[in-house]
Amino acid sequence: MEIVCPAGTPASLRAAVKAGAHTIYCGFADETNARNFPGLNFDRAEMRDGIAFAHRHGAKVLIAINTFPRAGAEAIWHSAISDAATLEADAVILADLGLLDHAAQKHPGLRRHLSVQAAAANADMINFYAATFGVKRVVLPRVLSVPEIAAINAETKVETEVFVFGGLCVMAEGRCSLSSYATGKSPNMYGVCSPPSHVDYREEAGELKARLGGYLIHSAAKGEPAPYPTLCKGCFTAGDQSGYLFEDPVSLNAEQLIPQLQKAGVTALKIEGRQRSASYVAQVVQNFRAAVDALAAGRPMPAGLLARLSEGQASTTGAYKKTWR
Amino acid sequence: MQPAPLAIRTAPPLLAIALRPLPLPLLSAALTALTRSVAARHPSLFRRLGPYSTARFVLDPTDLPFVICLLPDAAKPQVALHRRAQQGDTKIAGPLAALLGLVHGAFDGDALFFSRDLVIEGNTEAALALRNAIDDAELDIGAELQALSGPFAGVMGQAISVAQARTGLCLTRPDQGEWI
Repeated sequence: MEIVCPAGTPASLRAAVKAGAHTIYCGFADETNARNFPGLNFDRAEMRDGIAFAHRHGAKVLIAINTFPRAGAEAIWHSAISDAATLEADAVILADLGLLDHAAQKHPGLRRHLSVQAAAANADMINFYAATFGVKRVVLPRVLSVPEIAAINAETKVETEVFVFGGLCVMAEGRCSLSSYATGKSPNMYGVCSPPSHVDYREEAGELKARLGGYLIHSAAKGEPAPYPTLCKGCFTAGDQSGYLFEDPVSLNAEQLIPQLQKAGVTALKIEGRQRSASYVAQVVQNFRAAVDALAAGRPMPAGLLARLSEGQASTTGAYKKTWR
Repeated sequence: MQPAPLAIRTAPPLLAIALRPLPLPLLSAALTALTRSVAARHPSLFRRLGPYSTARFVLDPTDLPFVICLLPDAAKPQVALHRRAQQGDTKIAGPLAALLGLVHGAFDGDALFFSRDLVIEGNTEAALALRNAIDDAELDIGAELQALSGPFAGVMGQAISVAQARTGLCLTRPDQGEWI
């Protein structure tokens, strides 16, 4: 199985390649990608060098252009696709219908993957994208169980890629407005969920208070992990009850489900975390590469070592082992 | 599932005691020279800071008797040491081992933050920009000090090795071999 790894910086890209990544995904330093954080991403020269480095070592580079163009500003996204083709990226990861059409028309030789932001969660939808825009691979949303993924793969020839490690989004990606509500900036158009310019951590009365856009979203007592700064993982009080309204502050770790995902017909395993460090990328890639190599060789899966790297420092197998529907 | 916290050691108490009487202006000048050398060798670090290249960062090694104020302006970066309680656009506090581990890629910044080994106060965006810029620069403080030492680079290298062994602090970047 193919390991698809995140890279927020050229250093992370090199770390991923050295650690054994088959494929790296990354984005340009602007709002065309969904991790438009300060200090992250690649200018055009860095992307050219990163792709050349990866290709020299037998790895592929996918460029995420997976936000939704703002009306009147489409040229920024068109330029990103054109540059991805010029820089010889192995594929672009797109979500917007108009962009998919543009890429298919103007750059037919550039391989197109469907981003998780498109939230394509059934075979009919995926086959539509393939027939209409020539999409070769779909990144499945993190709401599907393993049997549901198997059902999709039975009905499509499009390759499927699934998240196996990292942050989880609530509900269908690309349609969440929680961060927009609190900050006035849309993650889906500007590329930043919970923009750090709107995040505030402060010690008050012996607790660490996390706020987004002025809204208190969590308090952590001394010794508890720092709260994750998104509304979806916030802890809220209504009446005399307090709890995680949307989802627990846990992140995905499906390491032990890799054999089932392989049986379900999955082509590629995706690691989330372009905002994480090169050190994180290297550790996670090494673990997942060891796991898929063990699987290919018929050896037992190695024990997981990744828990402490999880956001919120707690992990789940998410919807893959769904018990709550 | 709650994993074990990261094992971050604190600096040896003797180090703090040894540093306490040293004149801060002298240490500040030495760190400014080091930072300017880094700026010359790693211009992309300052480019990645974007609008925060003129911000005032307070770095607080909580097990040392001073804080470090960094003005990273690419043209003329400055470092000044102060006895605690300094104001800045953002403050990043944690044991010296955590801060050095971040610089040398031994630790992940998010993991340190969520485990509360690192504390960030003030402008979160500035702190994030600095973290990302430093992570990409792949700095090696040991190598930077050697580069500054001219003909004494070898002696400096040996001194760094001894200091690293004695204190347990990560003063150099692990050798990952040559990849081109």
